[in-house]
Amino acid sequence: MRIHPRYTQRGAVVILGGATLLTLVILIFIIVFILEKGLPVLGWNFLTSNPEDMGRSGGIFPTLIGTIILPLIAIIIATPLGVFTSVYLSEYTKETRATKIIRFGTDCLAGIPSIIFGLFGYIFFVITLGMGWSLLAGGLTLAVMILPTIIRTSEEAIRAVPKSYREVSFSLGASSWQTVKKVILPNALPGIVTGVMLSIGRSIGETAAVIFTAGSSLRIPTSLLDSARTMSVHFYILAREGISAENAYGTAAALIIAVLLVNLSAYWLMNRFISKRS
Amino acid sequence: MESKIFAPLKMEISNVDLFYGKFQALKSVNMAVQQNIITALIGPSGCGKSTLLRALNRMNDLIPGVKITGKILLDQTDIYKSGMAVTELRTRVGMVFQRPNPFPLSIYDNVAYGLRVAGITGKKELNEIVEKSLVGAWLWDQVKDKLNRSALDLPLDQQQRLCVARLLTIQPEVILMDEPCSSLDPIATMKIEELMIELKKNYTIVIVTHNMQQASRVSDYTGYMLLGEMIEFNDTKTLFTRPSKQLTEDYISGKYG
Repeated sequence: MRIHPRYTQRGAVVILGGATLLTLVILIFIIVFILEKGLPVLGWNFLTSNPEDMGRSGGIFPTLIGTIILPLIAIIIATPLGVFTSVYLSEYTKETRATKIIRFGTDCLAGIPSIIFGLFGYIFFVITLGMGWSLLAGGLTLAVMILPTIIRTSEEAIRAVPKSYREVSFSLGASSWQTVKKVILPNALPGIVTGVMLSIGRSIGETAAVIFTAGSSLRIPTSLLDSARTMSVHFYILAREGISAENAYGTAAALIIAVLLVNLSAYWLMNRFISKRS
Repeated sequence: MESKIFAPLKMEISNVDLFYGKFQALKSVNMAVQQNIITALIGPSGCGKSTLLRALNRMNDLIPGVKITGKILLDQTDIYKSGMAVTELRTRVGMVFQRPNPFPLSIYDNVAYGLRVAGITGKKELNEIVEKSLVGAWLWDQVKDKLNRSALDLPLDQQQRLCVARLLTIQPEVILMDEPCSSLDPIATMKIEELMIELKKNYTIVIVTHNMQQASRVSDYTGYMLLGEMIEFNDTKTLFTRPSKQLTEDYISGKYG
C-alpha cells in the first residue's frame, strides 16, 4: 500500500519538529530546574566568600579559581599542540596508512570515558612524575583529554577551506607554510575556535578526571603545584556526601552560567572576526 | 605553411607519460611552446589537456599518487629534475584557473598576495606594482576607487581579470590558462580574449579550452588531444583548415566531443 506523499510529508514534519521540540523542552527544563533551585543561593557573596564547614555554609570562591585555572592550563597546552598536529596531518602528509591510523587513534581517544584519563593522569602525572594532586597535574590531564577533540575539529575546519585557495597560493609561488599561515588558518579559524570553545566547556564540566588529578582541596591555590577543587568537583562532593543540597544547586547554577558565558563569548568573538574579514 | 611562426622555444615537452595511480592520463606527449605565442590545447573532456597544462608548473604535485616520466624543459632546464625549486618554478610559470578564485580578501590584498609571499612589504613598491598589474589586466579603472572592498563582490569577469592581475604582479614568463572563460558570458569572454592577445606581447601563453572557436580566434598554435594522446599539433590555421589526421577533422567538424 502506498501512502500519498502529502501524508508522509505531514508525518515527517510532525516527527522532525517533535524531535526538535522535545530536545528544546528537555534542555530548558534542566536549565530552569537548576536555576530555580540554585539562583536563590547564588549571589555575589556566594561567589566571593570562602566555604565553611566543608561547604555546608559559606561560598565557593576557591572552586571558582580552580574552575578558571584548570581549563586555562589545558587550553594553553592543548590548543597549539592540537592545531599544529591537525595542520601537519592535513597539509604536510599524504593520505597514507599511517595518517589513517593516527586519525583512527584520535577518534578512539576522543571516545574514551574521562575517568580513564583521570586514572592515567593519576598514575602518570600525580605519581610517576611526582606532581601530586595539583593544578598542573589536573591541567595536563585535561589537556590530554581534550586534545583529540581539538585535533579533529581543527582538521575538519582545515579540510573545509576550499582547495582552490591552496592551488592559487601555491601557483603564486607560496610555500606550504606561507599557505597555511596566510590562507588556511585564517579561513579555518572559526571552526578551530568552535572546537576550542567546546573543549573549554568540556573541561569546565569535567569531574572524574579532575578529582583524580587535581584533588579536592578547598584552600585557595597559590601555586601550580597546589591541589584545587573545581565547581564540578565541589558540586559532586556536596551532593554525593549529602553535605548541602542547597549549596550544591547554587554551585550547579554558577557552573551552568559559566558554560553559557563561555559559549556566548565564543559566538560573539567569532561573529566579530567574521564580520571584520568580509 | 605560410602561417608558420618561428619564435624561440620557451618550453619543450617530450615523451611525457603521466599516471594517476594506475590510470594513464598522458601517453608520450610531445609539444613545443614558443615564446610570445599563444598555444591552445583542445579536445573533449577527460582527454588530458588540463593534466598536461598542470604538468607545466607542477601543480599535479599536489595530487597524491601522480607519477610522471619524460622531459619538460623550461628554457632548456628540466623542471622535474631533482633539486628543482618548485615555488620558484611556479612564479615563472603562472596559472589562471577555470573558475575565478579570488581569496576572501580585499581587492588590494588579493593582488598583493604574490608580492607579499615573495617578501615585498614596502608600501610604495606594493602600491606601484598593484596598480601596474591592475592596469595590465584592464581592471584599474573599474576598481581604483574600491581597492579595500572584498574581491568577492566583483562580477565574475572582473574577478577573473583580478586573478590575471594577481598573477601579473609576480611577472611570470609563461601564463597557463585552464579554461579561463568557461564560467563567463560571451561579452566577458571576448574581453578576456582581447586581453590575452595583448598579454602575449610580454608573456608566453598556454590555454586549455573547451571552445574550438576560442582556440581558432586567439591562438597561434593548437594541439588536439584525445584520451591522453597528442593527436595533432600544428599552427592553428593549418590545424583548423587542413588537419592531417582524420580524428582531428572529425572533432573540429563536430562529429564527436
